[in-house]
Amino acid sequence: MSCYNEMFEGDHVREPYARLREWVETMPDDFRQMKQAEAEALFRRIGITFAVYGEGGDPDRLIPFDMMPRVFEQAEWRRLERGIKQRARALNAFLRDVYGRGEIIRAGRIPARLVYQNDAYEKAVVGFVPPRGVYSHIIGIDLVRTAKDEFYVLEDNCRTPSGVSYMLENREIMMRMFPQLFRQNRIEPVDQYPDLLRRTLESVAPAKCTDRPTCVILTPGHYNSAYYEHSFLANLMGVELVEGQDLFVDGEFVYMRTTTGPKRVDVIYRRIDDTFLDPLCFRPDSMLGIPGLMDVYRSGGVSICSAPGAGVADDKAIYTFVPEMVRFYLGEEPILNNVQTWTLWKDDDYRYVMEHLGELVVKEVHGSGGYGMLVGPKSTKEEIEAFRAKIQANPSNYIAQPTLALSTCPTFVEEGIAPRHVDLRPYCLCGDRIELVPGGLTRVALREGSLVVNSSQGGGVKDTWVLSE
Amino acid sequence: MKLRISHETVYRYDRPIRNLVQSLRLTPSVFEGQKTHDWQIDVSGGVRGPGFRDGAGDWIEGWTVRGPVDEVTVRIAGRVDTRDMAGVLRGHREAIHPLTYLRNTAATMPDPGLRDLAHSVTGTADSLDLAHRLSAQISDRIAFRPGVTQSGTTAAQALALGEGVCQDHTHALASLARLRGMPARYVSGYLHSTVDGQADDAAHAWTEIHVEGLGWVGFDAANRCCPDERYVRLGSGLDAAEAAPIRGVALGSGSEQLDVRVRVEEMAQ
Repeated sequence: MSCYNEMFEGDHVREPYARLREWVETMPDDFRQMKQAEAEALFRRIGITFAVYGEGGDPDRLIPFDMMPRVFEQAEWRRLERGIKQRARALNAFLRDVYGRGEIIRAGRIPARLVYQNDAYEKAVVGFVPPRGVYSHIIGIDLVRTAKDEFYVLEDNCRTPSGVSYMLENREIMMRMFPQLFRQNRIEPVDQYPDLLRRTLESVAPAKCTDRPTCVILTPGHYNSAYYEHSFLANLMGVELVEGQDLFVDGEFVYMRTTTGPKRVDVIYRRIDDTFLDPLCFRPDSMLGIPGLMDVYRSGGVSICSAPGAGVADDKAIYTFVPEMVRFYLGEEPILNNVQTWTLWKDDDYRYVMEHLGELVVKEVHGSGGYGMLVGPKSTKEEIEAFRAKIQANPSNYIAQPTLALSTCPTFVEEGIAPRHVDLRPYCLCGDRIELVPGGLTRVALREGSLVVNSSQGGGVKDTWVLSE
Repeated sequence: MKLRISHETVYRYDRPIRNLVQSLRLTPSVFEGQKTHDWQIDVSGGVRGPGFRDGAGDWIEGWTVRGPVDEVTVRIAGRVDTRDMAGVLRGHREAIHPLTYLRNTAATMPDPGLRDLAHSVTGTADSLDLAHRLSAQISDRIAFRPGVTQSGTTAAQALALGEGVCQDHTHALASLARLRGMPARYVSGYLHSTVDGQADDAAHAWTEIHVEGLGWVGFDAANRCCPDERYVRLGSGLDAAEAAPIRGVALGSGSEQLDVRVRVEEMAQ
């Protein structure tokens, strides 16, 4: 498969990487090894060892950091930025619609069944419009590149996408280790992200809040694989990190226990699932969560980010309709492509997929982390047949997509430097404004030829640069 | 019918609780079949929290009680004028799409027994007729008998047992209807019983099934009828837990004793 190499076009170095060439090519082996060890030591000291995106695996394992940055030039980024913001607007418009009148369903553009019978569709919030009509406040959009101007969205993450701490830490570590690179290249900063996140959260405070809003991050606790990120963000944003037992409902509001008495909370950036928010509304058997929280939320006493029920927008079955949402709600043509997707509960799609398993990527509808997935061209006959049996047992649990020729980026490997496949997750913030810091998290498949960038499957991370004009 | 309702729930704790939070679905629904007057909700020692109408059309009220306290009483009193609507929930404002009520919870999850029963009803193309016949099946297959099932009994278990109370009939019928592709839900409310009934009868539950062209229609399989002017509707959910008139969580280490008294009386004309 021929792939787009983001740095080289034959022997010619592409513009954004021009200044990096010398740095890479003149770096002595022992220096590189020393620096790599230094980077690892820094990561260990910071304690950033969680698995990205709840992929499971050893929570204390360090995700390999690759020192070779991934670089975008300004024009490339501006187009991506427009596409990401467009998608974020459409996803929020969709959520506002399906928890309201459901115009897109009435218009016959999305089947009612896919929305109303979706497990992630939360009927408890139907008819309630959160502040500014925003449901998903932090949207992580997973992108891959196949050509100079060709980007595809693999999936949208509208609930609580993780990994942004890597974006910040990767940059921090690169700046500490290679300050000269940041003098030679004009790189747009990303360290404003925590401030922008806080501003975004404050901008969706409920109407009943009259002072500067008090925001908190709600974490399931230190045993959660992303706990590091929760505390890291709370620290950088200057807000409290709380667990369910630190919050309580009294009358019309939610309060947090502090050493100086109860303090009213206006905005909760929750990093726990809907079902664990409130035992009075969702799971009566759950001892996690804050009893009464949903009543306060639904009567406008507190904001919850992302809004309960936002997950219905990032389901893999709903994914296929996002371009339709862009057209329906915004009256625009989508800037970013969707990957062609076959849904196996449709007979025609099922037949096609079963005849072409060896060429396709097949995923579980609710799977994540690169598990429960078949990469046809990289699999043996036996693996393909075993997967075929799984699909036959429950076709509606699967979707299939063509194997994309993911772009590569030069990456430090044992033998020096070699191309490895990459993806990108930028984090779009939605409040009174839609903001996107220039950058994101680049994941890299460290194994030669591998297309799976998940950290649980041998993936690493890179700093992502956007060059100024 | 002009009904006077009083409903008292007393929670006694053997060790004082630190805090209690409740979500109450205890206000009669607004639709053509009933009109509410002088409705009062009071929680002893409680702070009235947020009140709002949810997407299902139910009025929800949050209450918190700050401890320490070893007894809490939830007191409801008011009057409702009712009309016989032949079970049809006409004029009820709600925003949730009926298809949302096709999903099951643990309480209504079908098993082979429920599946067989649902598909045993054949030879009808009319969905109202089908709903009536499914309801009759439940009336036939589950005899009314208090004390044999608990609050955690599922529809499948009640059907296998062949006995139960209104909660079991309601779950089982909801499960059957959903199996036949008809949205269904659990409704909680009050029932005025003309014979000298026990308290259990006055706090009642029945199933609503969504019928094309008619909307939501109530079916009381426990009493082999559709709700009429003796019924007062409070609210709905996918199952009993979701539709519960009182949901609450107490912070404390002791155990709880519950005492419920419901009276639904016809007022003198």
